[in-house]
Amino acid sequence: MKILAVCGMGFGSSLMLKMTADRVIKKKDIKADVEATDIGTATSMSADLILTNSEFAKQLQGGNATVVAIKNVASEDEVGKAIEEYLEK
Amino acid sequence: MSIFDERFVQVIEQPLSWEQALQASGDLLKNYGKIEQEYIDTMIANVHELGPYIVIAPRVAMPHARPEHGVHEKGISVVTLKEPTQFSEDPAHTVSLIVCLAAVDSDSHLELLQTVSGWLADEDVLNDLIGAASTDELQHRLAEFYF
Repeated sequence: MKILAVCGMGFGSSLMLKMTADRVIKKKDIKADVEATDIGTATSMSADLILTNSEFAKQLQGGNATVVAIKNVASEDEVGKAIEEYLEK
Repeated sequence: MSIFDERFVQVIEQPLSWEQALQASGDLLKNYGKIEQEYIDTMIANVHELGPYIVIAPRVAMPHARPEHGVHEKGISVVTLKEPTQFSEDPAHTVSLIVCLAAVDSDSHLELLQTVSGWLADEDVLNDLIGAASTDELQHRLAEFYF
């Protein structure tokens, strides 16, 4: 699966989200690519799951990807739950 | 050399608007020539334009802008607010800890993000940082335990 971590600039919180997601998929042995990007670029990229904050989640919804708003970019629980819920769909 | 520098740490007592709080967190870096005022203005304008997306965890904001908006040297400042500031009417946007990030490119600050990520993942660490009574105490806690 392809996971996109999205923030305003593409090198702050999205990188932290990517670090968290990378830890989660390693621990749970999930096959996934995680990429960090900014909101401007994100709309033109394809992904299965988009992790972002509540502001950008609203803007990114409506495409093919499942969009999940994460409250704490460092929370493995939150990110893990988002990935598992996607896989269970 | 560790990026941590106690000059870039401050506990602020008086209530501030989120704009003032971002200015204060940027001033610490600006006063030592790490960034220009333009960088602070851009951070504030980004939030006006895109919303409070810099609130990256409950109680924590990490303002930043692109390197080309006036960064001379990479840096990080840590400010805590005795009176939390509101980034919106949503209580989820109440912030007590501001980590102002100035990066010179897109990957030399990864270690820094990892460090901050470690704080966010641990409620006890956040409580410890936000609970520091004075700038001295916050400097001490950061130097001793978190960098």
